[in-house]
Amino acid sequence: MQRQLDLRLGIDVGGTNTDAVLLDRAGRLLAKAKVATRPDITGGIVAALDGVLAAAGEDRSRISHVMFGTTHATNAVLQRSKLCRVVVIRIGAPSTLAIRPLLAWPVDLRQTISAGEAIVPGGSEFNGCEIVPFGAHELRRFLDSLPGSIDGVAITSVFSSVSAEHELEAAEIVRSSLGGDVELSLSHEIGTLGLLERENATVLNAALTNVVREVTQALETALASRELDALVFFAQNDGTLMAQEHAARFPVLTIGSGPANSIRGAGYLTGMRDAIVVDVGGTSTDVGVLANGFPRESSAPIEIGGVRTNFRMPDLVSVAVGGGSIVHGEAGRVEVGPESVGYELAQRALVFGGATRTLTDAAVAAGRARIGDRTVTPEARLAEALAWADAALNDAIDRVKLSRAAQPLIVVGGGSVLTPDQLGGASQVLRPDHFEVANAIGAAIAMVSGQIDRIFDPSRIGRDAMLDEAKAIACEQAIRAGADPRSVEIVELEELPLSYLNNPAVRVRAKAAGSLSGAATVPSNSKEPSCVSPA
Amino acid sequence: MAGSAEIVLGPDELADLAIGCAVLGAGGGGDPRTGLLMALQAIDEHGPVRLVSYDDLPGDGIVMPCGGVGAPTVSIEKLGNSDEGRRLRNRVEHLLDRPVVALMSAEIGGTNGLLPTAWASTLGLPVLDADGMGRAFPEMQQVSMHVAGISPNPCVLTDERGNTLVVETIGGRWVERVVRALAVELGARASVAVYVLTVEQARTATVSGTVTLARRIGALLRAAEADPVAELVNELAGFRLVRGKIVDVERRTTGGFARGSALVEGLGADAGRTLRLEIQNENLVALEEGRVLASVPDIITVLDDESGTAVTTERLRYGQRVSVIALPCHPIWRSDRGLAVAGPRMFGYDFDYQAVEELHATAA
Repeated sequence: MQRQLDLRLGIDVGGTNTDAVLLDRAGRLLAKAKVATRPDITGGIVAALDGVLAAAGEDRSRISHVMFGTTHATNAVLQRSKLCRVVVIRIGAPSTLAIRPLLAWPVDLRQTISAGEAIVPGGSEFNGCEIVPFGAHELRRFLDSLPGSIDGVAITSVFSSVSAEHELEAAEIVRSSLGGDVELSLSHEIGTLGLLERENATVLNAALTNVVREVTQALETALASRELDALVFFAQNDGTLMAQEHAARFPVLTIGSGPANSIRGAGYLTGMRDAIVVDVGGTSTDVGVLANGFPRESSAPIEIGGVRTNFRMPDLVSVAVGGGSIVHGEAGRVEVGPESVGYELAQRALVFGGATRTLTDAAVAAGRARIGDRTVTPEARLAEALAWADAALNDAIDRVKLSRAAQPLIVVGGGSVLTPDQLGGASQVLRPDHFEVANAIGAAIAMVSGQIDRIFDPSRIGRDAMLDEAKAIACEQAIRAGADPRSVEIVELEELPLSYLNNPAVRVRAKAAGSLSGAATVPSNSKEPSCVSPA
Repeated sequence: MAGSAEIVLGPDELADLAIGCAVLGAGGGGDPRTGLLMALQAIDEHGPVRLVSYDDLPGDGIVMPCGGVGAPTVSIEKLGNSDEGRRLRNRVEHLLDRPVVALMSAEIGGTNGLLPTAWASTLGLPVLDADGMGRAFPEMQQVSMHVAGISPNPCVLTDERGNTLVVETIGGRWVERVVRALAVELGARASVAVYVLTVEQARTATVSGTVTLARRIGALLRAAEADPVAELVNELAGFRLVRGKIVDVERRTTGGFARGSALVEGLGADAGRTLRLEIQNENLVALEEGRVLASVPDIITVLDDESGTAVTTERLRYGQRVSVIALPCHPIWRSDRGLAVAGPRMFGYDFDYQAVEELHATAA
């Protein structure tokens, strides 16, 4: 008998809570659960799973896809824990010797991760020509000099997004020298233009291999313990998905998926494609923008644990306003946060019989929310704290708004009961059902994407052909990552003419996204180089 | 100079310098971060660099103006190496048969404001507290040395591989044409020494004190609290043209140059105003309802409204919250000769230059 496979399970592991949701084929929410995140990864996932599976009953066998978002990689970098020792190879002598690898890294992180660094000859020009021949001999000599065991190797060559040839040659040499099972991270598969930022991301990627492997195993164990046999996808920083095999090879891409998921989830819950999204958590609030169905990305470089990368993450304004934010001081000089009672809200807040004044208490006292089992006497300091929080949220919203025109605003997250009915001069304030699990929903409904960021010479093939080529590569990438070819469309296209040149070279960024293809077309883990050389 | 304490550029001074170079870049010159990291590595390996004034150097000593030429987008991949500075110095000394006594940024704005410091450290030479622009400009002859009638010869060009070319031309415009074409052939970036001059000539032919000025800007922005932009324009006798949000960015390539424009919609006290920025590598003209608020060669810079850090033209993006400021350029650019080299008409605009303080006085 053929069983029906039409349910998706979304799981989001955050710092405070682990959320899970179950959606049907039409995207209707069948079950949801929210549990405290635990140090024991498997245990936390199982607890959240059980929360939704109980409600799903017999339908659990219909779960075909599991979408997973996690903060484990971010925390590993921030806490310098469980990171692999990485050999850093740059193919860029003599063209990049002015700045050595990891120069601007925090000293402790560099010491934790680096197992040796070298710059060997090679690299490509922006037009695909070789700068100098690849230094195979120099690379072999460096590898021979390495002591002891090595977890991973990160390889970055100049303009690898234009030509990955030298990186691939180096990978062959590393495999033959260090053995086939050494973990390799190649920069052309990970980052975009900007050698140092791409190199940093590639090194972090190699360093995170074990962290994400551990999470993957914990997830598999959890799924197996509940007899779930589904395809597993990981959420990445731009709000799209990658196959589990892909996540295992590109763990660094799992960083920052939480905010992207909650913005996408908010859009999904309301049917909006353009809105401001306010995600109120226990400790802080993130305000972001949903633009054409995707999170608006930041143009500023993103730092992870003090390391600058060129990932494109959601453009967020964060303020220390959350449901657990602690109210200090007497009326007239009240201060709010940044400390929060966090996951102890249900013990420490006044409404739960505790002794700590929180913003949740202030919201209950003001009649905005009905939470807890105790009444709270309205007092001046609580009113003052709530007014301060309202002002902070209004200011944050104002800072992300694109124009003076009023825009719709979506409020999600566990702490969203704090917010007033009028906020940030919005045309309407939407509080969708299931607001508290928006990020898990965002993971469950996420699309699959592909992208390209490369310099083209339109004088050779013309502007239209150049853009067509860029779009085609982005679409091909999305399909390779698991998108249904019929659903793939270009969601971002940017042309940046290079300044200070008398020829019209143009940097083109394109991104394509599509819905997940059915269970039959699982992407393999053999990913081709993400860019082809110009003809 | 008698009594003046020696100024040494170490990591802290370089960090301030980088912030200031970005502000003086008028949106161009590339993100100084690359130059900063190069300088930090160089002083880590070879020690800090002395910052000197004309009086600290022998009058007949040779000053070598230098920097990078090419596309900033290429320079974030091909970072360069310190041998380039050494080759430039060696070739200049060989050609002139005299020692170089100090390096100088040909252009203080952007990453070129720091590159000579990196090279000076490896060469054990001081850096002169001056530059050739007081800002960033797109073309090589747009330097104060050219305005002052200094010959661009001999111009030395080198790449990261060691290709070294000596270019002798009949004048500044030809240096620009030939060197830019050569730089493209070398991979769209190269290092160059040009308008080499004596210390005595430099006294009148360079924009003095700009390294110190850039450091001051950096220190001020780093320390500023409530409104860094207000403090900056106050300190530098500049003007905040508008405070608002970028609501449109348009980019195109015309005649081989990256051109574009950005619209800034006013917020708060500036609500209802819209400022249009005309861009050609740098921010060239600020317009409001067709009226010029400021124009090249005055320095127009877009600053992040919160931090005060400069936003390069390549990083302008829809939705950013910014202030647009204008700073008066060095007087050399306001002379007839200066305007003939870098006035609005040289960038294809059909209006005469008016100083930003005059434009502002009329508007007020």
